[in-house]
This record gives sequence, C-alpha cells and structure tokens, in this order.
Amino acid sequence: MCGPQIKINEASYRFIQDTCASFNNNPGELINILHKTQEHFGYLPAEVQQVVADCLGIPVGRVYGVVSFYSFFTMKPKGKYAISVCLGTACYVKGAEKVLDALKSELKISEGGVTEDGKFSLDVLRCVGACGLAPVMTINGKTYGRLVPEHVKEILAEYAD
Amino acid sequence: MAVKMHILVCGGTGCSASASREIIEELNKELVAHDLTDFAKVVVTGCFGFCERGPIVKIIPDNTFYTRVKPSDAKEIIEEHIIKGRKVQRLLYVAPDTNKSVSDSKHMEFYKKQLRIALRNCGFIDPENIEESIARDGYAALGKCLTEMTPVQVIEEIKKSGLRGRGGAGFPTGLKWEIASKSRVGEQKYVVCNADEGDPGAFMDRSLLEGDPHSILEAMAICGYCIGASKGLIYIRAEYPLAIHRLQVAIKQAEEYGLLGKDILGTGFNFEIELRYGAGAFVCGEETALIHSMEGKRGEPTFKPPFPAQSGYLEKPTNVNNVETFANIPVIINKGADWFASIGTEKSKGTKVFALAGKINNVGLIEVPMGITLREIIYEIGGGIKGGKKFKAVQTGGPSGGCLTEKHLDTPIDYDSLVAAGSMMGSGGMIVMDEDDCMVAIAKFYLGFTVDESCGKCTPCRIGNRRLLEILTKITDGKGTMEDLEELKNLSAVIKDTALCGLGQTSPNPVLSTINNFWDEYVEHVVDKKCRAGQCKALKKYVIDPNACKGCTACARACPVGAISGTVKNPHTIDQDKYIKCGTCIEKCKFGAISIK
Repeated sequence: MCGPQIKINEASYRFIQDTCASFNNNPGELINILHKTQEHFGYLPAEVQQVVADCLGIPVGRVYGVVSFYSFFTMKPKGKYAISVCLGTACYVKGAEKVLDALKSELKISEGGVTEDGKFSLDVLRCVGACGLAPVMTINGKTYGRLVPEHVKEILAEYAD
Repeated sequence: MAVKMHILVCGGTGCSASASREIIEELNKELVAHDLTDFAKVVVTGCFGFCERGPIVKIIPDNTFYTRVKPSDAKEIIEEHIIKGRKVQRLLYVAPDTNKSVSDSKHMEFYKKQLRIALRNCGFIDPENIEESIARDGYAALGKCLTEMTPVQVIEEIKKSGLRGRGGAGFPTGLKWEIASKSRVGEQKYVVCNADEGDPGAFMDRSLLEGDPHSILEAMAICGYCIGASKGLIYIRAEYPLAIHRLQVAIKQAEEYGLLGKDILGTGFNFEIELRYGAGAFVCGEETALIHSMEGKRGEPTFKPPFPAQSGYLEKPTNVNNVETFANIPVIINKGADWFASIGTEKSKGTKVFALAGKINNVGLIEVPMGITLREIIYEIGGGIKGGKKFKAVQTGGPSGGCLTEKHLDTPIDYDSLVAAGSMMGSGGMIVMDEDDCMVAIAKFYLGFTVDESCGKCTPCRIGNRRLLEILTKITDGKGTMEDLEELKNLSAVIKDTALCGLGQTSPNPVLSTINNFWDEYVEHVVDKKCRAGQCKALKKYVIDPNACKGCTACARACPVGAISGTVKNPHTIDQDKYIKCGTCIEKCKFGAISIK
C-alpha cells in the first residue's frame, strides 16, 4: 500500500473502534464504516484500514480491496480546498475539459494532485447532477456553474487566505 | 388567519447550487419584516425541472413562475407581488418565439407537451413534510393495497399496467415482482431501490428522491407486501447528500405516522427501510454488483442465474427496482392499470423521465409520454439547439447507449424503437450535441469512462475496452488507419458477446453507433486527417487568410513559440511544423483572419 505514513494515536484508535462498534462490528457494514472514518480523517491511510480490519475481524486485504475499488475513498489526503471538476457528459460537451486545463495550469498540478502548500487538490468527478449549470465544479462542496476557463483565476482568488 | 399564498422555491441540487437557499432566507426575512407570516409561506420544494432558468420561484395560487431569481429579488417579490398583487415582470419567463413573457408555467413550451406521473409531486410539495405528501394522495395506494387487495391482485394490476423497469433494460416490473413473490416463500426477502445513478449527465433519480421521497418509500412498501418482504434497502450514491438527507427525514416521518415499521395501518404488515451508501462505482448500478456492494464488498457483478429473485442480498430473495419505476407504482394503484396502459405505445406504457442536457436551450428534467418523437423533445420542449447551431446527434442511454441522428428525429421513442435505432432507453440521460461536437471524440469520451469504471473482473471488459480506447485515441491523434476502423468493429462485437455483465456487454455501443451513423467522420479522421468539428487538437490546422490579414503583428507577438512570421502591414504565415495549436493567435486576431481547417 502507498500513501503517507501516519501514527494512530489513542483518540483516533478509539474513534475507529467506536465507529465499528456502532455498526455492531459487522463486516457487511464495511462501506458505511469507511464513509464515517473517511469523514473523520479526511482520507483512509493504510494504518487506519488496519485498525478497521482488526475491529471487524477481517483481513486488511479485504478492507484495502474495498477502499481501492470505490472512487469515493482515497488513501491520500486532500487539499484544504478540494476542487472537483465535473466531467459528466453534459459538462464535457460544454467545455469542462478546458476548465480543467485552466485549473491545472493555474495550480500547476494534475488530476489527483495536491498543491505543494496543501491548499488545493484537484479531482474530476462524473456528474454532480447540476447539468443545467454545466460546466460545473465544486470546491469543498460549493458548486460553481456556467464556467468558462477565464473564471478560474477569479474563483481561486476567493480562497486566498 | 390561514395562509393564503405559498411561495414555492426550488430546493433541488441545481437551484441550490445557484443560491436558492439564500433566496429562501431573504424571502422569509421579508415576510417577517412586513408581518406577513400568517398570510404567505415559503415552501422549499423539489425540482421544477426547468433547470436552465433556475433558480425558480413559483407563487401559488396564481401560478406565477419566476425564473433566474436572485436573493436580491426577494424584497421586490414580497413588496410587489405578495403585498400589491403586481407581478414582477422582469423575472417572468420570456418565450423565445413570441418574445412575450409567460407567467403561468402551463403555457410554456417547456411544459406543454410534458405529462408528469413520476414527477407529479416534484416542485409542488415540501419533500420534508409528510403531510404535504399525504395531501396529494401519498400512502393512499399503500392503504388500498393493504386493506382492499391481495398481493396477487396488486401484482396483476402492475402486470396489466405494462410498466417496465425504468433503470434501462425495461424488464416488465409486474413479472419481476411475481417471480420474487414465488421465490422461496416464507423466507426473509428484501426490496431494494436502486438509486445508484451513475450515468454521467443523468439526474432523474436524484431529483425524484429530493422532490418526492415519500412516493418511493410507499412503493417499496407495496412491493414488500407483494413479494413477502419486511425489509427494504435504498442503495444511494454518497455523492447525493441532499437526497440522502431528504430520505432520512422521510423515513423518520413515515415511521412516526405508522406508515412504515411494525403493523402498518393496523394491518399486521411490517416493513422497514434502511439506507445503504454507494461509494462511486458505476458498475454498482448493475443489480448483482449493487447487492455485493450493499454487503460491504467490492461491487463486482456475478453471473446470472442465480437471479437476485432467487439469491440476492445475503443470499436471500431480493427484488431490485429503479427509483423511477417505484415512483410510478402508487399512481398505477390509485388510478388503475387501464389508465396507465392508455398512455404510451403498444409495448412501452406510461411516461419516461429524461434529463435533457447538452447543447440545448432548455436544459432540465422532463417527463414525456412514451411514443413522443425526438423532434418534439428537442425543438418544442427543449427549445432547439443553443446558439442557433445545427443539430448533430442526441446521445441516450449514457455509456451503454448510442447516438441518434437527424434521421431518427421523427421516430416515436420507446424501449424497442431506441434499441432498433442502435441506442437504448437507459436510465434517461439525453445529451444533445451540435455541429461543434466530434463524434469520434464523443465515443472516446464514453470509452474513457468505461475503462475507468470497469471493475476488472472479466477480461473482455477490462482489456477489450482499453484496446478500444487506444484505437480511438490513435484515430483522434491523426494516426489511425482503415484497418483500425475494422478492428474497432470486430473488437466491439467480441466484447458485446463475451463480457460478464451489462456494463461490458453494452460498453462498445457508443463506438458502434457512432461508426454506424457517422462513418464519414471516422474516415475523415483516418484518411484526410481532418476533424470537421475542430475538436481533435492533433488534427487542427491553423491557417491565416492572406486577404483578411492586415499585418497588425498581434498574433506574432502573442505566439508563445514564435511560429508566426511576417512583416508589418503584410499578411503573416504560420509555420506548420513549429506551432502548438494553443489558439492564442485566434484570440488575438481582431480581423477573424485565422481559422482552423
């Protein structure tokens, strides 16, 4: 497994244990447990997956198998502001790729990347369901619609700390 | 004093994304400021469908339909419309053909040809208030089934209605229920609602769940009664937080009202519903993959048989239906199978919800009777192609479907006619494309999606689709040969025949249908190295028209690689070996002298 190494402290360990217990340590609830865990940690590093596996009494391989299968789960931390560009068909035909290119060159990262200062991460997703506003992107859940590449600079400036 | 006026504000994902929440806040603030809270009430509803003109605000009882409303408009709406009874003219929809404003949505082209059965409550009720649902016959069908009908009678009614699965393949719903009801009688069974709407560009299920969650819960309970299940599960995308929230609220309210849970309506029938979350995998829309995902496993499909009706969730008999299928059930029970069967075509009854998007004037969610033509959808409801461009194709069925062209515009749409035309109904995504869209690039786009989403379990899908994508990339890069086109056809046929599940069996469809309908365009890419839509970057040629060029040097100065040469006041030229096709020169040219050939 790849991804940054982290040390699980007592509180984190307890959190995972409690989360698993709230689902009766049932391996059938693995996806729900991982959702809750990722919500808490922001991502699912190998060490966290190990604790989940221990709590549920299943091999860590099974946890990793699930984490790596679903695109919603990530083993890398996201930026402080997570940007997701919609590449659903409606957005694609309305020029989402150009918006993505503008973001890439502005942030100097590629898809799946995080800026060096950890401030922005850039991902693509398939359809937020706001096709009336295509092309769209979201930043930490906030939706920006009817985008053109020229908007990118302006929008990123909103996040200047 | 009873509330006399209702201000309905769309709280769907699309409108929320464009500030409908702030509009609601402002409206409420104004109502309080003018001491009108006893007179008028703001209701947050589900999607009105007309997303293109969102955020939408509708005033009841006079049915005034305001479009593209901003939070700053709230004051005027309250002070003019609610207090003085004068419509805010500037917020009304202006019909593009007559240039006149239309205040009642009933008279808008967008709504005229629609028939809302599944979407009957979306945009009318507050989805977070069960009483509003009940006021519009919510749970009446469940009551009727439990007290007046036997499960066999209910199944007969659904069979008679001719309802077919709205998730894509169109399997008869009544028959599916009958099979599940006869399977392993007496054992624990499950009703599953498939809300894993993964088709990019489709948002029917999300809008339904956001706008009318109670109808889905009611229909699942009816299904449970029919097949002998006491448990229902809704498998929903984690990317739909609003729909999840509304479902959670709805389940809680239904339980409080005794419409879900133990001994429903005192009949002894028990039915409870839980949510299960997807985690972003398109293949999980396939029912066996979905079931594995609900069990906390990788969402890989398995060979059928055994069908879920025999061995599904936790190896128990399971009936899986799509959200929109369920949404039709209560109406069929209330209004009767004959009424439902009177709508639509011979083999496809009722209506279909489509998410109309792409290069079309009226993007939105529409529900139309089966048998309507594409022309009616695109030119009447959809208001034609954006920017007056030429219609090229409409893609239905998402990554499993195909493209329909000019020649299909007058074909009545139903399950079978779409398949005959080389596409499929699919879940209801409908993406309109114009002359600026390259069909080879579109096929490549869908293949890129399939390759990303292939679960990797079977070889034809895992490797075959990747090869298809490589060939398509080769073609769009201008390196394709005629043999490649043959290879595309052959490989597509093999993948269709040999892949394990629905995803793989249908993944070559976008390739095959574009090859069938746009063969010339493929040949142009391969032989002439030309992309007529100008979308394939590698095939673009930038040319300066010497007659139009004034020699202003703007392009030469802006060119990042120094590929443009020429002297002042004399026509410039582009070095075809040096340039990088970045498009800067076109942007800089004030005389329109540079074009892409």
